[in-house]
Amino acid sequence: MAMPEPSTTAHPPAVGDADTLPKLLLQHARNRPNSPAMREKAFGIWQTWSWAEMADEIRRLVCGLKALGLESGDKLAVVGDNRPRLYWSMVAAQCVGAIPVPLYQDSVAAEMIYILNDADIRFAVVEDQEQVDKLLEVKDRCPQLEQIIYDDIRGLRDYAHAGLLHSIAELQTLGRDYDREHPDFFQHCVAETRGDQFAIMLYTSGTTGNPKGVLLTHDNLVITGRNGVEQEGLTADEEVLAYLPMAWVGDNLFSVTQSYVAGFCVNCPESTDTVMTDMREIGPTYYFAPPRVYENLLTQVIIRMEDASAVKRKVFHYFMEVARKFGSRILDGEQVDFMDRMKYRIGNALIYGPLKNVLGFSRIKLAFTAGEAIGPDIFEFYRSLGINVKQLYGQTEATVFICVQPNGQVRADTVGVPAAGVEVKISDDGEVLYRSPGVFHSYYKNDKSTRSTKTEDGWVLTGDAGFFDDEGHLRIIDRAKDVGKLTSGAMFAPKYLENKLKFFPQVKEVVAFGDGRDFAAVFVNIDLDAVGNWAERQNMAYTGYTDLAARPEIAKMVRECVEKVNADLAEDSRLSASQIRRFLILPKELDADDGELTRTRKVRRNFIAERYEDLVNALYDSRSAVDVDLEVKFEDGRTGRLLAKVEIQDAEVYGVTELRKAG
Amino acid sequence: MARQPIGDVLLKADNISLSFGGVKALSNISFDVREHELAAIIGPNGAGKSSMLNVINGFYHPQQGQITFKGQTRSRMKVHQAAVQGIARTFQNIALFKGMSVLDNLMTGRNLKMHSTMLEQAVYWGRARREELEHRGKVEEIIDFLNLESVRKTPVGRLPYGIQKRVELGRALAAEPSLLLLDEPMAGMNLEEKEDMCRFVLDVNEEFGTTIVLIEHDMGVVMDISDRVTVLDYGRLLAVGTPDEVRNNQEVIDAYLGVAND
Repeated sequence: MAMPEPSTTAHPPAVGDADTLPKLLLQHARNRPNSPAMREKAFGIWQTWSWAEMADEIRRLVCGLKALGLESGDKLAVVGDNRPRLYWSMVAAQCVGAIPVPLYQDSVAAEMIYILNDADIRFAVVEDQEQVDKLLEVKDRCPQLEQIIYDDIRGLRDYAHAGLLHSIAELQTLGRDYDREHPDFFQHCVAETRGDQFAIMLYTSGTTGNPKGVLLTHDNLVITGRNGVEQEGLTADEEVLAYLPMAWVGDNLFSVTQSYVAGFCVNCPESTDTVMTDMREIGPTYYFAPPRVYENLLTQVIIRMEDASAVKRKVFHYFMEVARKFGSRILDGEQVDFMDRMKYRIGNALIYGPLKNVLGFSRIKLAFTAGEAIGPDIFEFYRSLGINVKQLYGQTEATVFICVQPNGQVRADTVGVPAAGVEVKISDDGEVLYRSPGVFHSYYKNDKSTRSTKTEDGWVLTGDAGFFDDEGHLRIIDRAKDVGKLTSGAMFAPKYLENKLKFFPQVKEVVAFGDGRDFAAVFVNIDLDAVGNWAERQNMAYTGYTDLAARPEIAKMVRECVEKVNADLAEDSRLSASQIRRFLILPKELDADDGELTRTRKVRRNFIAERYEDLVNALYDSRSAVDVDLEVKFEDGRTGRLLAKVEIQDAEVYGVTELRKAG
Repeated sequence: MARQPIGDVLLKADNISLSFGGVKALSNISFDVREHELAAIIGPNGAGKSSMLNVINGFYHPQQGQITFKGQTRSRMKVHQAAVQGIARTFQNIALFKGMSVLDNLMTGRNLKMHSTMLEQAVYWGRARREELEHRGKVEEIIDFLNLESVRKTPVGRLPYGIQKRVELGRALAAEPSLLLLDEPMAGMNLEEKEDMCRFVLDVNEEFGTTIVLIEHDMGVVMDISDRVTVLDYGRLLAVGTPDEVRNNQEVIDAYLGVAND
């Protein structure tokens, strides 16, 4: 359903103030023709295109696509890694009023069929032979697909599909001829683009059911992008590395829209395997990555350090401790003693500086993490090095930004305050709603979903449950449908508790109970690698998971983790009621073969509650131990029995004299 | 530009016989390889495949018979002359400079094309600089072609086996050969590495029009990608023909599967 966009606050005097991406392109090409717009590493050397050169390339693509028959309203699929020509063809499509639809480059052919048909794709611009092969494979089932245009000719010389396959070079030659005959066409096209036109369609991954095509307008992109640029103080001198999938909304906002708004340069890595090297060479100033990228980098650092000489290791650990104590505080501009400041300086010269240099983080002004919760240790590690990593909370439907952490107020467990131009509220049942200039137009050909997601007055339901904490920061706790209530009426968010506990390396899986109960209680799976390693160092002999899980030492260890979580929860008035009072360590590891986990390793809470009904009951009556008799499935398909005695443990709770009602 | 059509005879082996003392490695072998062709030599262990390759690039000198390359019948020649004539090869057991980076290893493949003196190279001036840039450009094309970007500066010794094989192919390509000899390029590889290597061999043939002679004992690989197959067994020539002809040849089947002797 079309809805009037809420008006935004005054337009900032950004470098580009046009209202569509094509217009912004020409504006930069006119005002700063020789500034770098895009780089790509090819044949070992960074090749640069200035704004004028890029506009010229796009001009030929626009004319070429027109000559091939692309019309306003057509959909053009873009499939491949982050290549300049793929980015250009998206903007080229927008020039003629067509809608680019980037697809995930690693999806298999069969997965593409749904989107190709759902989006009525007529044209596809793809990277290489791999993608061409996939499209040719499904061509029979996608009758509306007319033209496939590829960037890299390798392996494709012998393909005999005349009229269907074209290289981008051919397309641009066609374009040059068309341009010669219709010299005003391109300028005319660009002038015709309007802010309320559709700029892009992005498919949401769709954890339930088929993916949905989210239609975003130029206004969505440009206004949201500009708000972000203004809020974070981005300039035309930023450098970004475009390495995340083009089908992800973030890449479109950070590597395309914000570059077009602020006029900074976007760098395409040589290949997916060289991102680390390319990152070091470019030294981006503005960076974004999902938590797992930060996690992987940290793991690599730690592993390398384990192999270093004893002296180096000592120095490293000493200064990392210094960084842990003072790094984030210095970054947040807090008062730190002169001596400690000095220590941090020395650490910077010896450790942090070189480390950041190796990781390519030397010049970073701003780094975002988003997508899922990031472990507090990982988050703190980067911040303590002086890298300004911030969490943001966003959605495709919001053109990314819903909440961002403001500088100086960064916490590991919140997602910050509403971003510029965004209004956020919490519904009566705890769901997060937002309204912003970035709110999507509609789901393509799916009015039903549009209506159930977006209200008449423009609020969008996120499906996430959250609340504003005492400092006014939003905390996302769970999917709304999983949030329950304790008998006292206090909110109970199982995933929030589970995640908090899972951040401890000793804990592998957690299942939290509490909906409709008097208090929260959990099942815990210990991490056999981490805990086993610890047990070996303590000279503790054990025969396997079940044995280890029943040890009192381990129970003590887990109790410490639980109590740390409780202490944390106690600090927050809304969550202190859901402190964990009782827990038990499961005698077996939760397993997808037994149906306890999904194949993507998410716990199936209801199934587990049924299967271990007796254990759940024991958590809530006064028993201190239970005998269990379980049927387990081995990997080879045979079944066996598991007999064990499980002790129920009590944990300390903090500062709750009476359970407060959630307000 | 599609694949170049198979042309005239580029290499001709006539009645080659080679023995080491009493061991007859090759006896009366004759076959030819045509321009732009992908030819394979197959055979069980000890059939004489590698010996044949060593004869072609002048490392062994046959007691009998002669090799004609590009219309020139060769007499006893030195190994480096083969390289000058445009024959490049890879080895069954990788023979790279382990301590040098991929890039440097590939640059050594350009050695024959470098004309500047050691002094010029030392001061990196004039011709040396021009040449270096030109060769580096060529080597970068090969790095791109073989997808070696991510290991460009990595010492070869640290790379996995499959990648080292690819680097070796790259070094041979750097010499811009007209005839490329590959000694068991897929040996010891897993299926995925084999598929990658097949792709690269086919691409080399298609993209550069390089004539390729490939030794392999994995029948599946050879049958899929070669234009013609020569089969050796105990130094004898069993069959020459297209993969289909060879597959149905009774002698070949016997050599590979064994014959019941009663």
